[in-house]
Amino acid sequence: MTQTFSSTGHDRFVGTPRSRVDGPAKVTGLAKYAGEFTAPDLLHGYVVSGAIARGRITAIDTAAAEAVPGVVKVLTHENRPRTAWLDYNYQDAVAPPGSPFRALYDDKIHYSGQPVALVIAEDFDTARHAATLVRVDYAPETPETDLAAAAGSAYDPPMKRNGIKPPPKPWGDPDAVFDTSAVKVREQYTLATEHHNPMEPHASTVIVEADGSYTVYDKIQGVSNSHGYITSVFGLSKDKVRVMNPYLGGGFGSGLRPQYQLFLAMLAARDLGRSVRVVLTRDQMWSFSFRPESLQTVSLGADRDGTLQALSHDAVQQTSRFEDYQEVVVNWSGVLYKCGNVALTYKLAKLDTFTPADMRAPGAVTGVYAIETAMDELAYAAGIDPIALRLKNYTEKDQTAEDKPFGSKALKACFAEGAERFGWAKRNPEPRSMREGRELVGWGVATGVWESMMQQSSAHAILGADGRLEVGNSTGDLGTGTYTILTQIAADTLGLPMEDVTTKLGDTKLPEAPVAGGSWTAASSGTAVMKACRDVAEQVFKLARTMEDSPLANVDFERVAFAKGRIAVAGDPGRSVALVDVLRAAGVDRVEATAEAGPDKDFNAKYEAYTHSAIFAEVKIDEELGQVRLTRIVSAIAAGKVLNPKTARSQILGGVVMGIGSALEEESMMDTRIGRFMNHNLGEYHVPVNADIHDIEVIFVEEEDRANPLGVKGLGEIGVVGTAAAIANAVFHATGKRIRHLPITVDKIIA
Amino acid sequence: MNRFDYVRAGTVAEAVQAFAGAEGSRFIAGGTNLIDLMKYDVERPGRLVDITRLPLDRIEERDGGLRLGALATNAQVAYDARVQSRYPLLANAILAGASAQLRNAASTGGNLLQRTRCYYFYDTATPCNKREPGSGCSAIGGVARIHAIFGTSAHCIATHPSDMCVALAALEAVVQVSGPEGERSIPFAEFHRLPGDSPQTDTTLKPGEIVVAVDLPAREFGPHFTYLKLRDRLSYAFALVSVAAALELDGDRVKTARLALGGVAHKPWRNREAEELLQGKPATRESFQAAADRVVAEAKTQGGPQGNAFKVELARRAIVRGLEQAAAGTPQSISDKRIQ
Repeated sequence: MTQTFSSTGHDRFVGTPRSRVDGPAKVTGLAKYAGEFTAPDLLHGYVVSGAIARGRITAIDTAAAEAVPGVVKVLTHENRPRTAWLDYNYQDAVAPPGSPFRALYDDKIHYSGQPVALVIAEDFDTARHAATLVRVDYAPETPETDLAAAAGSAYDPPMKRNGIKPPPKPWGDPDAVFDTSAVKVREQYTLATEHHNPMEPHASTVIVEADGSYTVYDKIQGVSNSHGYITSVFGLSKDKVRVMNPYLGGGFGSGLRPQYQLFLAMLAARDLGRSVRVVLTRDQMWSFSFRPESLQTVSLGADRDGTLQALSHDAVQQTSRFEDYQEVVVNWSGVLYKCGNVALTYKLAKLDTFTPADMRAPGAVTGVYAIETAMDELAYAAGIDPIALRLKNYTEKDQTAEDKPFGSKALKACFAEGAERFGWAKRNPEPRSMREGRELVGWGVATGVWESMMQQSSAHAILGADGRLEVGNSTGDLGTGTYTILTQIAADTLGLPMEDVTTKLGDTKLPEAPVAGGSWTAASSGTAVMKACRDVAEQVFKLARTMEDSPLANVDFERVAFAKGRIAVAGDPGRSVALVDVLRAAGVDRVEATAEAGPDKDFNAKYEAYTHSAIFAEVKIDEELGQVRLTRIVSAIAAGKVLNPKTARSQILGGVVMGIGSALEEESMMDTRIGRFMNHNLGEYHVPVNADIHDIEVIFVEEEDRANPLGVKGLGEIGVVGTAAAIANAVFHATGKRIRHLPITVDKIIA
Repeated sequence: MNRFDYVRAGTVAEAVQAFAGAEGSRFIAGGTNLIDLMKYDVERPGRLVDITRLPLDRIEERDGGLRLGALATNAQVAYDARVQSRYPLLANAILAGASAQLRNAASTGGNLLQRTRCYYFYDTATPCNKREPGSGCSAIGGVARIHAIFGTSAHCIATHPSDMCVALAALEAVVQVSGPEGERSIPFAEFHRLPGDSPQTDTTLKPGEIVVAVDLPAREFGPHFTYLKLRDRLSYAFALVSVAAALELDGDRVKTARLALGGVAHKPWRNREAEELLQGKPATRESFQAAADRVVAEAKTQGGPQGNAFKVELARRAIVRGLEQAAAGTPQSISDKRIQ
């Protein structure tokens, strides 16, 4: 890797393991979250959640709640203030096509758990108590929340969601070729509905300032999105609203779109002219976004040697009645494997639920699980090692994008290095052949893939007279390490110690950046920060040259290096000047710059950009009792340059654990009679606990990429993709039982 | 959560009196279940009588057994040296449940009195006979994979969530209570009740009665015990099926067998016929299978993909494995999640 941030040609911080710069604030409780900010006379709103999934509210009686001392108002659809009229006004930056949900809009019930009232009181306890006294009568209708039942009326979404590639047109004749193929696999796969459940529940605190403007703390993965939403929905000028969110207790996509608690807190604050906070309860975290259920069929036809001849991947996925949520589910099959006859289809079916939302590697978790399980089935059907099968059908071109080559693809290295670390060569391919005491041992492998994206972003850098540097923009750090990597980039670019750099995020007063999602933040905001710092460096250099007796007087910018707080002539450190002296001599108290960064159109015209991984899983199964222990995972990742191996590893660990949840535990269980998720708490919705997690080894393979100046490709989602398939494949290897409906729970093992 | 009155009692008599002094009183100790239920608006106590200051937190020798004070915490009991050496079944069962934090707060009496597990009972948006008698049971025909297979009624199919109580049932503990009409002892098997046509009542406690102690009888089972818990993840999850087994062996024959199941009924489930079936039989897999068959013969399941039919086979296999572990003197480890 030749590209460096430092003008010295050698990065001091980037590429090295660094602890989180925000760690001390988080572990000491100094870090404040959206529901923790306060104001004098703050009011508390408590949401009353609806009980039915479809129908109308026939009566809503708030008298008893309003009679409770301390209750200020109960907002319902009957007395809500007017807000914007058109759907357009409610469509946030990442909204899918449709009519966004509007809380308290009218008497219509769209889904179970829909907010039907907001009780506003002087304190939280009073609001919560009074909320139990609100009486709602309904005229219920029969809801449809069974995807299998609704699949018959599935449709191609007429309006495509921005940024989501629809399936490519089919090529070849997959049906006919499948029929005549020597080896065939055609199976159905499903993945249960999952809810994001970050540690921090969704919350918004709206503070009414003395000048009538609003300071809003919102749990969001990018404050600009909430800002745009608020100003549009409430008809406010941009300068009247400031949205901040310095920290998130996890998002996983649930914080990409402004959620209803923000709307309600703003509505109440506008109505009452007072500051209002609304925090959702844990069970209300089941009342909005989720990873949708999907029904998938994968058909693979191959020669006896495993060469793919026909590939079809069809998915029907749920959406709400009011929006056409879409994600990329089936395209991955065409991206991953070379095949002459391919058909990929993706349809939606409308259910009486809230609109699904992006959840860590949306679509890829779902679709890659299916194709990577089917490939394992094909490996057994053809009698070929599953890695060999994948290498046989390896592609260096993206067939779903007119055969454009990949900008970089070190997937072969992932297989090689991962297999080596895992000890794959010692695997007996025969199912049920490996045992340890009572337990059957299974080894499985799968591929992971995710898009490598960059978005238009901006950032500023301000070098102060004291030599300290501030950089920042409006994006959010979800707990992923964004503060840390931006600090590393800035420190190396201007040759400062990390301690002298402060990174500020999550504030609409800062230069605009997109929501943090899609694994694009490192590339997008990282590049913008680097450019802003370079701009500052050039300005400081110009000032330095004009200093009296400047040691840099006749030197070009390309020939100086920024290090240890000084500008020096490269190769001649004796000729240098301190940054603080430059500013003092120039009589300025700061040097600042704002820079824009965006995707490289030339590169994108020539190449397709993806991150890849190979995941190896070991399970030990007490077959008689249906108990699966996941004892080992090796995740080998090809994702370009790694800015910080420590936070990068943590990203992958988190993704792997989430994949373990998908494979073995996570499932929001819908009672289709009433259209309601029933296990809506963390005691009954199982995410992995420490006892479920053993050895997870993360390998970053060498990969050079030129899509952006940093060489990074993003790490937020790749860790989860394919993990569930590797585990399901290991379960098959252990037991000889192919379970095609995740999660793989006790009942399915003993069935 | 509703508004409630709060009284802190200094003695058992004061507690009983304070309880009787208001409508809808509830005793509160660790609060690990009651507070959740109040947050969900399932419990709406008029008065909370705080009993945490009562002198009931000791573990004492009594009649060759142990008396566990009602306020001894779950952690205190599980880590008590006497409990660990003489009643390891109880210690293991406690440590198989909840989390370290919860066990530090939860009391012995409170563990007995936690409400039953059911999605619908905890969700006030759905009808539930336990919350509102006569409103109907939503779990029947609904999402019921965690529900009971024994002792259910047309009115309720909830399960008792406790691990500790399964061990106490096997050990034939005795519950000591105090109330407006004085003190009395309740054999453990009679403490919890089946739902029948009044599922709103979980126990045979009379109104205003308070649990003051749980007595462990002198009888010990040496190394021949196990607590085997099967669940949807390897820690911090309720049992789908759990088995408390204790055996007295005479050579390779079973002299006495105790067998209690958790996660399968409205109360810790014992089947004395199955226990008797084992008496005098060789301690072999065949004998254990016969006992297990006897237990599950009474099972009644909820159908469909979201039902609990799998629990019958799971319970059968868990009973056999649990008895094997007990007979071999190799009880299930709490820390090593591999099942022996």
